[in-house]
Amino acid sequence: MAIPANVETTFLLGRLNWDAIPKEPIVIATFVVVAVGGIAMLAALTRYRLWGYLWREWFTSVDHKKIGIMYMILGLIMFVRGFADAIMMRLQQAMAFNGSEGYLNAHHYDQIFTAHGVIMIFFVAMPFVTGLMNYIVPLQIGARDVSFPFLNNFSFWMTVGGAVIVMASLFVGEFAQTGWLAFPPLSGLSYSPWVGVDYYIWGLQVAGVGTTLSGINLLVTILKMRAPGMTMMRMPVFTWTSFCTNILIVASFPVLTATLVLLTLDRYVGTNFFTNDLGGNSMMYINLIWIWGHPEVYILILPLFGVFSEVTSTFSGKKLFGYTSMVYATVCITILSYVVWLHHFFTMGSGASVNSFFGITTMIISIPTGAKIFNWLFTMYQGRLRFELPLMWTIAFMLTFVVGGMTGVLLAVPPADFVLHNSLFLVAHFHNVIIGGVLFGIFAAINFWWPKAFGYKLDVFWGKVSFWFWVIGFWAAFMPLYILGLMGVTRRMRVFDDPGLQIWFVIAGFGAVLIACGIAAMFVQFGVSIWRRDRNRDLTGDPWDGRTLEWATSSPPAAYNFAFTPVVRGLDAWAEIKAHGAARPEAAHLPIHMPRNTGAGVILAALSTICGMALIWYIWWLAALSFVALIATAIAHSFNYHRDYHIPADEVRRTEETRSRLLAQGA
Amino acid sequence: MSMTTRDFWQTEPHHHEEGASTNIGFWVYLMSDCLMFAVLFATFGVLHGNYAAGPGPKDLFDLKLVAVNTAMLLLSSITYGFAMLAMMQDNRAGTLRWLGITLVFGLCFLGIELYEFRHMIHEGAGPQRSAFLSAFFTLVGTHGLHVTFGSVWLVTLMVQVSKHGLIAANRRRLMCLSLFWHFLDVIWIGVFTLVYLLGMI
Repeated sequence: MAIPANVETTFLLGRLNWDAIPKEPIVIATFVVVAVGGIAMLAALTRYRLWGYLWREWFTSVDHKKIGIMYMILGLIMFVRGFADAIMMRLQQAMAFNGSEGYLNAHHYDQIFTAHGVIMIFFVAMPFVTGLMNYIVPLQIGARDVSFPFLNNFSFWMTVGGAVIVMASLFVGEFAQTGWLAFPPLSGLSYSPWVGVDYYIWGLQVAGVGTTLSGINLLVTILKMRAPGMTMMRMPVFTWTSFCTNILIVASFPVLTATLVLLTLDRYVGTNFFTNDLGGNSMMYINLIWIWGHPEVYILILPLFGVFSEVTSTFSGKKLFGYTSMVYATVCITILSYVVWLHHFFTMGSGASVNSFFGITTMIISIPTGAKIFNWLFTMYQGRLRFELPLMWTIAFMLTFVVGGMTGVLLAVPPADFVLHNSLFLVAHFHNVIIGGVLFGIFAAINFWWPKAFGYKLDVFWGKVSFWFWVIGFWAAFMPLYILGLMGVTRRMRVFDDPGLQIWFVIAGFGAVLIACGIAAMFVQFGVSIWRRDRNRDLTGDPWDGRTLEWATSSPPAAYNFAFTPVVRGLDAWAEIKAHGAARPEAAHLPIHMPRNTGAGVILAALSTICGMALIWYIWWLAALSFVALIATAIAHSFNYHRDYHIPADEVRRTEETRSRLLAQGA
Repeated sequence: MSMTTRDFWQTEPHHHEEGASTNIGFWVYLMSDCLMFAVLFATFGVLHGNYAAGPGPKDLFDLKLVAVNTAMLLLSSITYGFAMLAMMQDNRAGTLRWLGITLVFGLCFLGIELYEFRHMIHEGAGPQRSAFLSAFFTLVGTHGLHVTFGSVWLVTLMVQVSKHGLIAANRRRLMCLSLFWHFLDVIWIGVFTLVYLLGMI
């Protein structure tokens, strides 16, 4: 594949021309499938007249629950893309032995491993985590929405905009071939002259605005919107871990933004921050990006620690063991996550003292994390365990994550790291903690809260099929990588010389196939559950005998969440309310003050996306135009002073009476 | 201990203050913005001696000009303060007048900065010349960009205040811009000290 160097740029289209369309059969076939599927979906939406409904009820919605669900859908769609990349890599590496080149050329393969990492972190794990927090946190703290509902909608669409930019790179131009953090000087203009790194930059910048704003939003929501009586030490653990996660987002994503701006200037203006000459320093990029990057991994895992806490306590039928220590452990991890970044590049040559410092701080993190594992174990000890799907995922997490954590401590030893750095051992380690921690946690959360969001439980049989394929598949796919890494195989290799290694790659590939079955079973689980939703219907709003306030309202909750604001008198507020038989207040309903839907978020994000695409392709007039339009729209939106309305008391009364009837029916 | 349903639910009407979260939300935003400047300061700290055989601070900076520029920005902060005082006395005309003066000082600051940039680029000391100059232009330029956006916001608010008066929503917005404007002052003091004064030693 020839990379067009020094492509001529035209005024109208910048460096975009016919040569920019990839001609590889794999890409063309993918494009055809996506195009046909896309056209079929658009046709169906038009045929069933769903556009108006989607626009009014979903796209422009400022309801935190709908935005949360849209985040989860985005995460699921991008997960399929990210996994397609994964299975392509596994196939390539299992094939490329004994002189075989495999089926992917270097240019394509390098894009795939970069896209896999970028998509899985920024457009799968982040939307999942943000979506969960969006949906659950306001309910858990007894609020009617987040602090800034419009901002929430805008943040979501910016995340979508970033995803659109990254996906566009598949069919127009190329994606970065640099690895998921785009280290210079490789990502500089001299070594990556075409659009790949620019797609990377603008995709992340557009999405990053959304992430930062949503972090601010949720942080303030937790600080200001808690129900009366909910002191900090009465917050549910998931809310606590979300709180810490959003602190981390607000205090680390700006670093990513600034670092990418510097890389952008190097590429667009010709500055010398990270270049090899004129005083640039590429190691500075690596320091800066990991100052964001390490907190980022805790942004991903902390909310799931919260999920596991809710799940263990609910399905053990008792209070969480060591609530206070759980909170302090979370806070410790939050703080420590800022003082370990250098362990990502011990081999930089900072010297023994610096490496020792960062090695020790890294190892210290395993103490609060270990405390959490013990808290979950002691919660289960002498509990009345119900082995429902959320608990199964939690137990699988504990077994898997402990192994991943321990290999992490191995990597934290600088001398060991000099051997293992950049090897498949590292790749196995972080998949071990991200899949075993973040993804298993997401699956626990989906199975746990699905009935809250939709009013019926997920199918257990297909859930179990998915569970076993996933767990076994994970171990089969990644244990071989530990072994290969110990044997010295480095990451991101496309072809191999030593035929003795092949069997391990074949086993890993087989593991990936098992995971594919797990994913397929999960989609079947969703489909079957939706199809047979009347069989698993839950009328109570509290199908698991839950302990926190999200279970105090109907499933799905009304737009206003709670007809009356709950008053919190201790930990596990809903468990206490139930113990006192005080579940349903009888009083005159009042009108409820709610934010109004708006299309401004969609428009602003669309303009940002267009601006990003124009900058990628050097279409300067379009970039300038869309930027001006962006500012103008933002200003125009600020002239709209009527952003709220009242749900009349009558309507609230009718909704609540329906619920009372359903409750009586369910009882 | 006997508690009833009434102890667990708020059944009486209660008033939520409109926009109660805006102030703290804006503070959190400012802190995240501050972190971006922290990265740019750190970058400048790492690269400030990398002249690549090109010009250094002593060849480029004119402290007198920078002092005048600093005075412009500090004065604009004082006049913004006067605008807020007028707002608190419900004096719409006074608020608008002081906001206008603030804008003039802000634009003077930007004008002088642009003149300084133009002069340096003209002398062959543009952002491409060395890592030191890349860091200099980016740090100072990002601050200037913030002042530019602040000025656009200021004009928008002046229109909104003259249209709708000093209603609660506008007061909240003026308060946010006030935080933003003073924040840029604080950042500038860092720039003035670390970039210009230390550079001239």
